[in-house]
Amino acid sequence: MPRLQKIIALYRDGFRHMVLGRTLWKIVIIKLIIMFGVLKLFFFPDFLQTNFANDQERADHVLDSITKPYLEQPRPTPATGAFVAGSSHF
Amino acid sequence: MLEQMDLTMVNWARAQFALTAMYHWLFVPLTLGLSFLLAFYETLYVKTGNEEWKRITKFWMGLFAINFAIGVATGIILEFEFGTNWSNYSWMVGDIFGAPLAIEGIFAFFLEATFFAVMFFGWDRVSKKFHLFSTWMVAVGSNLSALWILVANGWMQHPVGMRFNPDAARFEMQDIGAVIFSPVAVSKFAHATSSGFLLASLFVITISSWYLLKGRHQEMAKKSILVAAVFGLFSSAFVGFTGDEAAYTNAQLQPMKLAAFEGLYDGAAPAGLVAMGVMNHSKQPGDGQDPFLFEVKVPGLLSLLANRTPGSFVPGINDLIYGNESHGVMGVQEKMARGKIAVAQLANYKAAKKAGDPVGAQAALTAFNANQDYLGFGYLNRPEEAAPPVPLVFYSFHIMVAVGTLLPLICLLFLYFTYKDTIDRQKWLLGLGLTSVFLAHLAEQAGWVVAEVGRQPWAIQNLLPVTVARSNLTTATVQTTFFMFLVLFTTLLIAEIGIMVKQINHGPEEN
Repeated sequence: MPRLQKIIALYRDGFRHMVLGRTLWKIVIIKLIIMFGVLKLFFFPDFLQTNFANDQERADHVLDSITKPYLEQPRPTPATGAFVAGSSHF
Repeated sequence: MLEQMDLTMVNWARAQFALTAMYHWLFVPLTLGLSFLLAFYETLYVKTGNEEWKRITKFWMGLFAINFAIGVATGIILEFEFGTNWSNYSWMVGDIFGAPLAIEGIFAFFLEATFFAVMFFGWDRVSKKFHLFSTWMVAVGSNLSALWILVANGWMQHPVGMRFNPDAARFEMQDIGAVIFSPVAVSKFAHATSSGFLLASLFVITISSWYLLKGRHQEMAKKSILVAAVFGLFSSAFVGFTGDEAAYTNAQLQPMKLAAFEGLYDGAAPAGLVAMGVMNHSKQPGDGQDPFLFEVKVPGLLSLLANRTPGSFVPGINDLIYGNESHGVMGVQEKMARGKIAVAQLANYKAAKKAGDPVGAQAALTAFNANQDYLGFGYLNRPEEAAPPVPLVFYSFHIMVAVGTLLPLICLLFLYFTYKDTIDRQKWLLGLGLTSVFLAHLAEQAGWVVAEVGRQPWAIQNLLPVTVARSNLTTATVQTTFFMFLVLFTTLLIAEIGIMVKQINHGPEEN
């Protein structure tokens, strides 16, 4: 118990006797409020969390967006030998 | 030049990320290096019992606190940007980045809540040895905390220890050891932290030079310089060694980046190292023009640095784009063909799964797996898109190396004249010392341009170009937040400089 009190006193007295630290803590707190209370809240929504209900929908969206727009390009030729027959969906 | 800039959403998002990362990197290296300098100063205090070392430790601890307070959490904004501007990328790498970033967060929290408190509040309240232990823990912990983000960055440059899960559209961690000990991650961590040590040494030299020029706190300034110059010299040797290792790793794993460093269009054996040069800005891959208007080259040195073998072949940008059969270099055209198969088969796989066709799904997956190493090339429209903006990378690399070569010389001169106890009479050197931290920042920032612009067009090397990694947002949205960050970070920087100048003016007595 005395050890716990000593630890609490270390923090309490440390904060109480800060000089430069007071200014720095004010800056840190203002910065965090701007970052989380303004920027994150109003300007940086998580695109996938906001627009889709669950992980499956998010995965489907990402898979679509990394495949669909690129399928309009010329059809790949089986030049590499890795092309597999049966890929007839487009 | 401005009219040639492509001001699309993806470029604004890249500019915003660069702005945030570069501002963040003004604060981080100083924290990393200064924490060790504090530990050295305090160790001298505990060893010698000389109260002057305690006074020195407390003075630099005050400046450390200012830098830490202003810089802390600026990196979190990068995570905001991942979720908003780079949602495809963020989703795809979530499994890889989750573990390292969570470890970093937990580590930082416990470190800051315990040892930081003892370091700042514990003078005369805990034993000297425990206080010293806490200062060392802050130094070691801060640097280990940087490990995890650099591991994540290293993975983007050399994606290992994972497999792509086509159902979840995610890269999933298979081997955390391979991710942490990837040669890119190791050399990146070693190079970034050691360059931070050098920067912090020069920060101490800059401020001490100012005191000596003003004739104030001379004893403290000389003692501070002595330790900082030795630390700076050792660190710069390490920076050179790890830089060489990073270049070798690039040559093996990201040869396009290395070719851009050197403006090397046509591979050669032996290949020379361009010591300095002026690039021909109208030069395009494959156009036959000379890439340089002027150059000074050291014959054969690039072969040695890139492959550790004198006279060996180093591929150039043209070889990497158009292929070089005689040296076994596959061209981008063929990689694009394979990449397009991978993209197509990924779509086939999803369609087959949706249609309840397990045979079709398995066939598509087999084809995808055979070509997935080239996935990113499937998104390129022209082979030339696989090259980064060469002049920017070339100049950044050469600025970093040139300035980085000057910095250890500054440390050496300061060490020599401080040892001779004539440093306060070397006004020219003190004048140079005043500029040294700005030179170090220039080298640091150039280094990040080299690393990050040099890997373009990739967000994840060979697997995901930045154009596909982005979210579907309007350009105006990203522009707005870009300028908001510009204002926020500039304000923070002004605050840091203002508070620091005030504190330096007060000197150690006011601490």
